[in-house]
Amino acid sequence: MDLDPVLLSRIQFAFVVSFHAIFPVFTIGLAAYVAVLEALYFRTDNPVYLRLAKFWVKVFAVVFGMGVVSGIVMAFQFGTNWSNFSYSASNFLGPILSYEVVTAFFLEATFLGVLLFGRDKVPRGMHLFSACMVAIGTFISSFWILSANSWMHTPAGVEMVDGMIHMTSWTQAIFNSSFPYRFAHMALASFITGGIVVAGVSAWYLLNNRNIETSKKALKMCVIMLAIVTPMQLLVGHEHGLNTFEHQPMKVAAMEGAWETKTGAPLILFAIPDAANETNHFEIKIPYLASIVLTHSASGEVPGLLEVPADERPPVGIVFWSFRVMVGLGLIFIAVSLLAAWQLYKGRLYESPLTLRAFNWLIPAPFVAVLTGWFVTEVGRQPWMIHDMMRIEEAITPSISGWMALFTLIGYIAVYAVVLFAGIFYLRKVITEGPDPVNKAEESSSARPKRPWSAVPTTLDDAPSAAGS
Amino acid sequence: MELIDLTLIWVVLIGIGVFMYVLMDGFDLGVGILFPFAPSDECRDMMMGSVAPVWDGNETWLILGGAGLLAAFPLIYSVFLPALYIGVFLLLAGLIFRGIAFEFRFKATRNKHLWDYSFFGGSTVASFAQGAVIGAYVQGFETENFRYVGGAFDWLTPFTLMTGLGVVAGYALLGVTWTIMKTEGRTQEWAYKVAPWLLAAVMFFFLVVSLWTPLANERVMARWFENISWLWIFPAATIALAAWIFQRLRSRAEGSPFIGSMTLFAMFYLGILISMWPYAVPPDHTFWDASSDPGSQLFLLIGFMFLIPIILGYTAWTYWVFRGKVKPGAGYAGH
Ligand code: HDD
Ligand code: HEM
Ligand code: HEM
Repeated sequence: MDLDPVLLSRIQFAFVVSFHAIFPVFTIGLAAYVAVLEALYFRTDNPVYLRLAKFWVKVFAVVFGMGVVSGIVMAFQFGTNWSNFSYSASNFLGPILSYEVVTAFFLEATFLGVLLFGRDKVPRGMHLFSACMVAIGTFISSFWILSANSWMHTPAGVEMVDGMIHMTSWTQAIFNSSFPYRFAHMALASFITGGIVVAGVSAWYLLNNRNIETSKKALKMCVIMLAIVTPMQLLVGHEHGLNTFEHQPMKVAAMEGAWETKTGAPLILFAIPDAANETNHFEIKIPYLASIVLTHSASGEVPGLLEVPADERPPVGIVFWSFRVMVGLGLIFIAVSLLAAWQLYKGRLYESPLTLRAFNWLIPAPFVAVLTGWFVTEVGRQPWMIHDMMRIEEAITPSISGWMALFTLIGYIAVYAVVLFAGIFYLRKVITEGPDPVNKAEESSSARPKRPWSAVPTTLDDAPSAAGS
Repeated sequence: MELIDLTLIWVVLIGIGVFMYVLMDGFDLGVGILFPFAPSDECRDMMMGSVAPVWDGNETWLILGGAGLLAAFPLIYSVFLPALYIGVFLLLAGLIFRGIAFEFRFKATRNKHLWDYSFFGGSTVASFAQGAVIGAYVQGFETENFRYVGGAFDWLTPFTLMTGLGVVAGYALLGVTWTIMKTEGRTQEWAYKVAPWLLAAVMFFFLVVSLWTPLANERVMARWFENISWLWIFPAATIALAAWIFQRLRSRAEGSPFIGSMTLFAMFYLGILISMWPYAVPPDHTFWDASSDPGSQLFLLIGFMFLIPIILGYTAWTYWVFRGKVKPGAGYAGH
């Protein structure tokens, strides 16, 4: 059988990076939330904030641990599977990724130890400072990695000579044109993810009549934040799209499902794109709306995929549908958040089982939105590795064969299955126990910093057999 | 020639970085290798507890090594990783299993032994893979136009098998002398008993690899037998050092065997560098061929000058916050 190393490497990269990505989005939001809780406790001495901080820091520790082990793999993926790309782009990517390590990873790893285990060992101010350093570290990390990623979409500040990329301007390359939008969109996505998970868990406690005091407080904080942040995400996403329209029009054409270039293009709500016949089936559309959204004029021109040869088009179906899932979820988040904020204002929120249940059900939704968002971005970039500069076939490691790529792909799936299984099992246990634990053996006496999961005193009994229940 | 040779500065920086990683992760990987052989579960608890505070920070140096190579010597990054493709996967899988074992072992009751094996297996596989990388470096890589063109298993030869096992033994020696320093009672007794044997094993691999390397690589042969004779100070010092460690172990010293083992590693490391200098990707490419644009090297160097001292500063501060000895049964949240 003929195994295609390029295809297998793409699947492998998509798998490992998607697996990795679900943890950072959550930890970025949660780290900020924990820092806020610590700051509020520092100022008010209200024990509710302390209980909340101690509880969410435990959840944070587990998720962060999974982010670390999957992140180490990412740092080597570029070299193992895309060595031509790494070599060509090393003058830019190398320093950027190194700066991420020295400005962010060391900061996070070191101060996390103090945050988790140091409450009794350092002055209160230092403890708060550590919480802030961890939160800031996660943002510095996203800054660098998103700069590198955005540069692959909208390269700038470089020139390609004999297949090697050389720098002409560091500022232009780092602050390339899609970077500000992607950074803002991703930061908001992290706040939304953190907010919805905390709100969902708190709502679940309220529905079950547990941890009432802490849960009300947490839910209130999240609802207010979400009511501000979710509409902002719509605006930022829209601006992001306009920027993409300017620099990567074929990606937008795939998002819109537009084959022919049209003036006064309709917005397609539903369709089954058919790449072989270059058309859509079962279209449901709103006339003129795509032109209005993208060009702010009913007669504006929207280019279609037929503008470029078939081998320069991204896979349409994935981009088209992922985009709709992300935006659809974004609109649902806005609706639920605004409704909840209204009920909060009226004083009815905690007695509205429907809203509480909605938050509870929404817990997985932001992760789906984040992944589908990345699918739009990354699949829409195809067939380019670096937009208009390097195609993916040129990026692959020359010596890699199909079976090598397949072997490691299966290997990573197996290893990650174990990690995810153990992690989820453990998270469920922490959450079932809740912020007001019966177990008094808190983190205090431990002499072990920098060990995320061990901050959690719960016992992990017989993981495999009990997890199914 | 330019006033400052940036490439040379980066050779020194990356050299120190890799050596830091080897020393720091070396002893905690070593503790993992020794794990199943410890006399009791309580001993295992103590051994794991002694490295638990540091292993995560240590691994960040590995990530810095990867990213730093991509930044300063992209050719090394983009030849070593494809050439060692399967080995790199084993290394990463080993590190993952080791990482989760750390976290779950103390929370499990009935399945504790599963995490024990996962800690042992992960540590051993990761150490072996690192040793094989060194062997593969000495062996050289088949490249064409700055790309690796060899096969998937070119790296796996009797020679790399030897260097792989050598590093497993070496890390185990670091691990056991660390255990001597950080524990007491039964665990320490056991460590004193095992240490001389491990030292002997390390010296065995040292001799075999030292004799084999010149045969495997003509250039190394020329370096040692035709060039400067003061180089022979290194192997002589290595043997003297081993004798000293042995003597310190017999007189039950607590700290010096660990320091001695670290110095032993420094000797091996310098020996390899001297043998291979100035080749980064042998047999064809020197460090100067392998380096990135001077502009990129400078851009990162400026940041490193400010950031590395800060990192070392706050790392030292947290070590100080969590100073203190490992006591049996103490310190495990949830126990
Ligand atoms: C928007 C944010 C974001 C994105 C897009 C990525 N990461 Fe990430 N990464 C983080 C944000 C982050 C983080 C929040 O900073 C993490 C989570 C856990 C941690 O230690 O830091 C992290 C961890 C993390 C680690 C482990 C750090 C440690 O041990 O402390 C590595 C090596 C990487 N990442 C590398 C990558 C690579 C090569 C990516 C490219 C595909 C990537 N990450 C995407
Ligand atoms: C963290 C969230 C991310 C997710 C979920 C994600 C998702 C994906 C997906 C699904 C693909 C496969 C596209 C295809 O082959 O059809 C892909 C490809 C790729 N992405 Fe990302 N991506 C993320 C971040 C990044 C970042 C930050 C970078 C670079 C710094 C990056 C670089 C790449 C590379 C090198 C490929 C492989 C080559 C390719 O297929 O184009 N990605 N990613
Ligand atoms: C509410 C309406 C939304 C709009 C109009 C929108 C718009 C967009 C667009 C146009 C892109 C593609 C950018 C590119 O060209 O590369 C994108 C990507 C993305 N979206 Fe959204 N989005 C919305 C909601 C959300 C929500 C609610 C989330 C998650 C909670 C989210 C997460 C992401 C992520 C992670 C990416 C990939 C990274 C990036 O390119 O920024 N989006 N979004």
